[in-house]
Amino acid sequence: MSTQPKNPARRRFLQDAARGTAGCAVAGMTLAWFVQDARALPDRAIRPPGALPEDDFLAACIRCGLCVRDCPYDTLVLAELGVDGAATGTPFFTARDVPCEMCEDIPCVAACPTGALDKELTDIDDSRMGLAVLIDQENCLNALGLRCDVCYRVCPVIDEAITLERRHNERSGHHAIFMPVVHSDHCTGCGKCEKSCVLPGEAAIKVLPIRVAQADQAEHYKRSWEENTPLVDEIIDLPDRLPGTGTDNLAAPGGFEPTFKLPQGATTGGIGQ
Amino acid sequence: MTGSTHLPVGAEAIRDKGYWLAYRFLILRRLSQAFFLSLFLLGPWFGIWWVKGNLSGSLTFDVLPLTDPFIALQGVVAGHWPEMTALIGALIVGAVYALIGGRLYCSWVCPINPITDAASWLHRKLDLPKGWQPKRGTKYFMLAMVLGVSVLTGTVAWEFVNPISMLHRGLIFGAGFAWALVIGVFLFDLLLARRGWCGHLCPVGAFYGLLGSKSLLRVTTQKRAACDDCMDCFAVCPEMQVITPALRGKDADTPLILSPDCTNCGRCIDVCAVDVFHFTHRFDETPAPGRVRDRTNPAPKVGKAA
Repeated sequence: MSTQPKNPARRRFLQDAARGTAGCAVAGMTLAWFVQDARALPDRAIRPPGALPEDDFLAACIRCGLCVRDCPYDTLVLAELGVDGAATGTPFFTARDVPCEMCEDIPCVAACPTGALDKELTDIDDSRMGLAVLIDQENCLNALGLRCDVCYRVCPVIDEAITLERRHNERSGHHAIFMPVVHSDHCTGCGKCEKSCVLPGEAAIKVLPIRVAQADQAEHYKRSWEENTPLVDEIIDLPDRLPGTGTDNLAAPGGFEPTFKLPQGATTGGIGQ
Repeated sequence: MTGSTHLPVGAEAIRDKGYWLAYRFLILRRLSQAFFLSLFLLGPWFGIWWVKGNLSGSLTFDVLPLTDPFIALQGVVAGHWPEMTALIGALIVGAVYALIGGRLYCSWVCPINPITDAASWLHRKLDLPKGWQPKRGTKYFMLAMVLGVSVLTGTVAWEFVNPISMLHRGLIFGAGFAWALVIGVFLFDLLLARRGWCGHLCPVGAFYGLLGSKSLLRVTTQKRAACDDCMDCFAVCPEMQVITPALRGKDADTPLILSPDCTNCGRCIDVCAVDVFHFTHRFDETPAPGRVRDRTNPAPKVGKAA
């Protein structure tokens, strides 16, 4: 049975509002899904120095490309839709192609109008674009006992971010291996080591995002060499084991003799021998 | 309805006013669009860095920051309060469009406009059905949806898909597959919904429309009494619903086209052979008598023959 609505304008308004809301919900969910999909930053895309954590970055970056324009080494590029994995139009670099040259005046950060690249970063050595990882220790020439050292030598924070640790060469038995070791408290993630790794194709040392490269500290393990505080607050005074009846202190008076005999030479137990 | 209704759109205007006056604002608009695009392309193509960046954010002569206020707004609701540079840029752009004309952006600057205009032109040539016509309020729902998704995802959400940024940035920085989105908009307007994207769905246009709802630059139908019902203005207008209240108004009704949907594209001024329309400001109170139409007073025959 169809009846005329009492208030057609109200009926129409409610219908339109419901349709609009439903349409919005569908379009919104599609957009949100797309956004969620596109915000997964690939591990090989390194954000510029001073970039906020990825979640904050995508709220802050307006994708104007001013950082790209002011990068003197053409390190930074804007991600292209469907070509680069980073969110479309956001800046990143690929260390193996063009690494960050770590300009002292950090022009990319200075150019950013929104603060997506944090102006708090004033010393480029403090930047943490990523963390270098000697990821292929089977093909790294130094790891094989040869002297390549290129990653160590090109590192802008030489002897701090990468050091060569001497190890015994088990293969030859009388040579040393100069193992490149990255130190996260100095590595800026500029990618110069990855760029200059002499291996053809992929590099043995790679800059990875910190979220991939670094594990969380095991806070529940004490590092006695770092902090000198004892495990327990004060020394617990356990009751002394006094000699006497009923104890196993054989050397003391009152100790009991076991009913069996130990082999000769061990008859009197440990103490005092 | 008069005989001139059946003439091709703009034919009378070309005949009566000449080619230049019949296409003046179209040509000026294309020049304006090319001008704003070329400012951005001078750097990457010729190494003349007067303007760096793109429509989302730019720096002109190393001093003038400009930011798209809609993008800045999405950033703010997503949870990032931008630095002063971007805020000043957004305020400048916002103030200019709020003062002069909100959707001036759409028809004089936006790089998607030639695309949807081309789709509309081809649509008219091929005489295609108008297709899906979402309600006029849909774009405001889209606007609310974009801001909602920005809040929920904590991102500048529209920039993941915005065809304007995709095209503009694509031309300046390299496109990738951004072309697909632009072609998508063209095909959408051509085959699925006549004038569908800019007027009905684009949240950027909706934003600029709201921004400029009290702006100064307005088209007036001051000589509406001379209208001969050729309907050409309705044919070329991307937002034809804005014309009616002014053009068909009675004496007491304002002749100004005050709808925030009007993009100030000026095509109605071009195609009107009897010069009903012209640009003015919103405080123009020149008297504009409405038409008197009945059997004893038919539409004036202004055109020479039709």
